[in-house]
Amino acid sequence: MSSGQIEPDGNPSMFGLVNSDGSVRDRLPITVEDLRGLYADMVEARTFDDKSMAMQRQGRLATYAPFRGQEAAQIGAAAALQDDDWVAGTYRDAALNWRAGYPWRLLVLGRTGDERGGELPNGVNVLPPSITVGGHMIHAVGLAWAEKLQGNSRIALTSFGDGATSEGDFHEAMNFAAVYATPTVFLCQNNGYAISYPTSEQTKSKTIAAKADGYGMPGMRVDGNDVVGVFVAVREAAHRARKGEGPSLIEAVTYRMGPHTTADDPTRYRDEAESRDWEDRDPLLRIRRLLAKAGGWTEEWQEDLETSASQVIEEAVEWAENVPEPTVEQMVDRVFAKRPRSLTQQLNETGDD
Amino acid sequence: MIELNLAQALNGALDTALSSDDRVVLLGEDIGRTGGVFRITDGLRDKYGTDRVIDTPVAESAIVGAAFGMAIAGMRPVAELQFLGFSYPAYDQVINHVARIRNRSNHRFTAPLVIRIPYGGGIGAAEHHSESTEAIYAHIPGIKVVVPSTPRDARGLLLAAIEDPDPVVFLEPIRLYRAIKEDIPEIYRVDIGPVRVERSGDDVTLLSWGAMVKETRQAASVLEEDGISVEVIDIRTLTPLDRDGIVASVEKTGRAVVVHEAPLTGGFAGEIAATIQERCLYCLQAPVQRVTGWDTVFPLKRSEGHYLPSVDQITAAARRTLKE
Repeated sequence: MSSGQIEPDGNPSMFGLVNSDGSVRDRLPITVEDLRGLYADMVEARTFDDKSMAMQRQGRLATYAPFRGQEAAQIGAAAALQDDDWVAGTYRDAALNWRAGYPWRLLVLGRTGDERGGELPNGVNVLPPSITVGGHMIHAVGLAWAEKLQGNSRIALTSFGDGATSEGDFHEAMNFAAVYATPTVFLCQNNGYAISYPTSEQTKSKTIAAKADGYGMPGMRVDGNDVVGVFVAVREAAHRARKGEGPSLIEAVTYRMGPHTTADDPTRYRDEAESRDWEDRDPLLRIRRLLAKAGGWTEEWQEDLETSASQVIEEAVEWAENVPEPTVEQMVDRVFAKRPRSLTQQLNETGDD
Repeated sequence: MIELNLAQALNGALDTALSSDDRVVLLGEDIGRTGGVFRITDGLRDKYGTDRVIDTPVAESAIVGAAFGMAIAGMRPVAELQFLGFSYPAYDQVINHVARIRNRSNHRFTAPLVIRIPYGGGIGAAEHHSESTEAIYAHIPGIKVVVPSTPRDARGLLLAAIEDPDPVVFLEPIRLYRAIKEDIPEIYRVDIGPVRVERSGDDVTLLSWGAMVKETRQAASVLEEDGISVEVIDIRTLTPLDRDGIVASVEKTGRAVVVHEAPLTGGFAGEIAATIQERCLYCLQAPVQRVTGWDTVFPLKRSEGHYLPSVDQITAAARRTLKE
């Protein structure tokens, strides 16, 4: 079997600040307290992921796409944005979306199979997850473009996987963003596989970041399991965008520790040895190691984090599972701003009689 | 009042929208410097600048996808695709995103954009330039599909489409762009939805939209000369469909002929015919007739005459309903 990701940890061509053993490559540009915050967020996200997997097995959620292993890429990126920036991500981006303001309860509600899970609170500018692969990258170009044309400082980040970079939509979105210098950050979470197809076979380009060159925008390769590295890289790209210097591509090299979705069996296409190898590069583990060395982590704190995260997620689940069943009128009335007469007629004709 | 052809009416409507609403931007291939392949946006770039009338790279999916993002972020984009036959790269954006964001977000995000697309044959164009595939757009829930046939409706419906809170696919009949002129009031809106009764009559209803309204109108004149009283209905909004407007006419005449230049099978005439038999079977004096293009690939110039429905075919279909 091929290896999904070929680049080893600590590759000098890949930007990163925290190695998997918890050592640092350079002085960290954030405080221990901030790092503890990022760590706590990752713990909360993983709790959600674990809970969602369990709920899907119990038949309480529709198909679920886990992000285990990608917490650093998602939390680090969202933490680098401002509260009202736009985010257009995928079905695997629950951690990113949550950190950008999407409440857990709505993420759960959406996954129970309810469109009301996409009704974000006002002020939270996160689009409901895009399920088709790659079609949403251009939306972040349009969103950012509109902000630029209207003289606002908001930017847009779009998150996608390595698989999406093979779509023609990737090319069109990258090209448009560069041509119009839209304030867009392209975040590719290269997690090693497009379902079963390894990144190393998907492209002859040496890296995904290198593709940025052809569009005339900067591309940066970052250790996607290093939350500080991702945070710094995205913060820089966001800063560039906000200053009017246009889009950037960030390739966050990470690993999908779980299956593609709950309907997938990864043992059919990858070695367990490879997955075990990445367990040591777990994004939570390395920050824990670093914090422990700096005196910022204790067993007790870990327990507190896990307890409070479980409580928060349980509350979200409880809320979502108690939302009343949707009515046929609600289904009909979310298609247009005003229900057309043709739909009223269909409602009347199709009703119980 | 000002006398304009359909192309000029569209240009004027876009001018009005750009001048009255800062949120309106136009984007598309060649719409700026050249004013578009059919010159519908002629002069607007000079008047409003390159931030409002935007020439884009050749990428239909990106044009619609970017317009979609702009619409969510509060703008009112009007995208132009050059021909209906070139619109399919953007079909994914329309069916999977544009038509669904209101539903996906339960009204939190909306996409009030217009996608203008010239369509239809009769000008001897190259392959892919003559198609009439409105039915594949009319089949998508969450968008409105509008097809004007007159300069007045072109202005009124385009302004209504730009102001509409939901996405509109706006199909423009290429061969009518410069076919007729009409007096149009400066302030003019036409509601999206209701059919237009082009001509009132009692014996038979001819229903059509877009480019074929011209031949349908001519057929009505021929029939009138023979003493047949013809009602002509211009559908003009395919979705949401004004079923009541159609039924009201056929209840009066008892006979219906539906005319479109798209192929027969799966064409929108089937939807109209089905509606008529569901709602007023017992008022029908004769089976509903369809006069359509062939179930063939739209032909090149030398066979166009074989393909497009003719005035004779329409009058023959109407006479068939009167014989029953």
